[in-house]
Amino acid sequence: MTVNGWLQIALFCAITLLLTRPLGGFLTKVYSGERTFLHPVLAPVERSFYAIAGVRPDRDQSWSAYAIAMLALHVVGFLAAYAVLRLQGALPWNPQGFAGVTPDLALNTAISFLTNTNWQSYGGETTMSYGSQMVALTVQNFLSAATGMALAVALIRGFARKSASGVGNFWADLTRSVLYVLLPACIVLALVYVALGVPQTLQAYASAKTLEGAGQTIALGPVASQLAIKMLGTNGGGFFNANSAHPFENPDALANLIQMVSIFGIGAALTNVFGRMVGDERQGWAILAAMGALFLTGVAVTYWAEAAANPIHVALGVDPSAGNMEGKEVRFGIALSSLFAVITTAASCGAVIAMHDSFSAIGGMIPMINMQLGEVIVGGVGAGLYGMLLFAVVAVFVAGLMVGRTPEYAGKKIESREVKLTMLALLCSPFATLVLLAVAATSAAGLAGLLASGPHGFSEMLYATTSAAANNGSAFAGLTANSPFWNVLLAIGMMIGRFALIVPMLAVAGSLAAKTRVPASAGTFPTHGGLFVGLLIGVVLIVGGLTYFPALSLGPIADALATSAGQTF
Amino acid sequence: MLSHLRPALALFVLFTLVTGVAYPLAITGVAQVAMPVQANGSLIEKGGAVIGSSLIGQGFSSPRYFHGRPSAAGKDGYDASASSGSNLGPNAKALAERITGDVAKVKSEDGISGAAPADLVTASASGLDPDITPASAYLQAPRVARERAMPEPEVRALVDRLAQPRVFGVLGEPRVNVLALNLALDSKR
Repeated sequence: MTVNGWLQIALFCAITLLLTRPLGGFLTKVYSGERTFLHPVLAPVERSFYAIAGVRPDRDQSWSAYAIAMLALHVVGFLAAYAVLRLQGALPWNPQGFAGVTPDLALNTAISFLTNTNWQSYGGETTMSYGSQMVALTVQNFLSAATGMALAVALIRGFARKSASGVGNFWADLTRSVLYVLLPACIVLALVYVALGVPQTLQAYASAKTLEGAGQTIALGPVASQLAIKMLGTNGGGFFNANSAHPFENPDALANLIQMVSIFGIGAALTNVFGRMVGDERQGWAILAAMGALFLTGVAVTYWAEAAANPIHVALGVDPSAGNMEGKEVRFGIALSSLFAVITTAASCGAVIAMHDSFSAIGGMIPMINMQLGEVIVGGVGAGLYGMLLFAVVAVFVAGLMVGRTPEYAGKKIESREVKLTMLALLCSPFATLVLLAVAATSAAGLAGLLASGPHGFSEMLYATTSAAANNGSAFAGLTANSPFWNVLLAIGMMIGRFALIVPMLAVAGSLAAKTRVPASAGTFPTHGGLFVGLLIGVVLIVGGLTYFPALSLGPIADALATSAGQTF
Repeated sequence: MLSHLRPALALFVLFTLVTGVAYPLAITGVAQVAMPVQANGSLIEKGGAVIGSSLIGQGFSSPRYFHGRPSAAGKDGYDASASSGSNLGPNAKALAERITGDVAKVKSEDGISGAAPADLVTASASGLDPDITPASAYLQAPRVARERAMPEPEVRALVDRLAQPRVFGVLGEPRVNVLALNLALDSKR
């Protein structure tokens, strides 16, 4: 570990924190329907969208209507994305002449982008036409991110409103997320990325004759426009197979810094939106503090693990001073590669600038744990906040049990119905992860995809089902997941991880919105102080730790012991 | 459900047109006019022919050139239409065998006695890493100078000139672009 490495980590944290409050103020205005500096240009567009779609933005929906609207959009989106992928051979913007995508891969990919997972069973530059990247994948990047943001705001309204029958209007929340937040930011970001070297063209791949006379085909495409939303929307699906490790998808450390801040920016700001909407910004800062403590712990462990060289390789004559450079890029080095791996899995992004499969056993375990904790460390846009608020409900419930009082959170009484629904939402992802892992580990078709043998092979499977159920999308990419078995298995995981969490979460929102607000009294457990932050961290770690420790001990922990003993497989 | 169908269909079509067609095409248009070099892949031309991209690594095996990192992209490495890392795990036997070979290669080519620099014997994440560390370039300078019958200080001066520091002195790691280095060598003859 170096001083400069920690300086970069500190710089990233500082920029993210500085953005939280201004961006939170802007988002609060957008979701409250107030005017922002973008309204003179965009308000007419917004109104025309509502007119065409027959939407009345100020008409509140009950939680169930909100959920059905969200699901209706997903049904339409799935059918369209699946059709585009299957038919890409006959559609425009296909200069490489790629054939239609196979049914199982199209199913997996459509669900993957629909659920904000962006798991990639394919290599972008060898499979997807420019048309598919734009019309199927970029569109879903916007809509899945906007959906996450809308859902978080719906849950926030559950806390903020009193005796209300509705949680907002899904169509208005969706439209505002795209028009006022994601699209304007992406236009700016995409042009900055081009300036830094990211290609943006519809021309076919370039042919070069290298200095030594070999042929080199250089894949190109409309990369910058997709990269911008891929990071800002915490989608993470790479234009290229190597994702943001590809020099065209991340040309230098400045582009990399912008990408890292993009991943956390909106998620961190939403904690501030929560604070503002419930009338006490400290509530938002407490949530962010819990996230920050978990985040920095993960960064420290991963950076420490990757900065140490692999003893097996040192014995073979590799200089240990540079750390574990297998699967990492020289321009990023150990510090940024470690930081990015923690950011991308703390959020539900899943973009990578280094290959997690080649991380040390412990360095690769932290990304897994981040996802297994529910991606609540800032988390996916929207998804991180609503995930963490569900943990907060559990935390105040535990505190209530200890003192024998009905728990309250942000002015709302937390009662039996909310706690039951919350546990249902929180258990769906571990359920999907572990059951699908068991299915894969006990079937020949599952084991056929492994690159590694020994405990690392188990880690490849554990990472895959974890990533799918947590809607992350990063991988231990040695696993060959483009088989009907893995495509279907992981599609099931992604669906459960997204929708089985969202629907009960919305039910909690509806149930909370209907309650009156209770004024804080002397007996109220304060949820903006250090005690609450500590309790929240404890609940997240205990739920995640108890659930996953057995699986982790068979994979990365066994892997670490084997590596330190010098054993290869 | 049916009452949700019209907004679902209408908004999906509108957003597809805006975010899936208009947005990427508009960015393409602006980028092609304002920043055509970057937008088209930062390609390098020499005598009218494209010889590569300044951002994309390529394979070098001749002793007259600086060598980049091992690459797992495509069958023969540095396939810029099939980016990939090795994805071999920390205790993979295949990785240990590959590294053994790469260490032996670096040692025999450059006649070093100590440990091999990590970047020269590990595959990058993309398989297209265009850079090596300045230390790894200096290590190759004696061999390149000998093969080209150039004074070694002249070769080292080229590395000095082309080495890129951290962005703003803080971000990333110091590096040298191997293709830029080899182009500069060729232009000296």
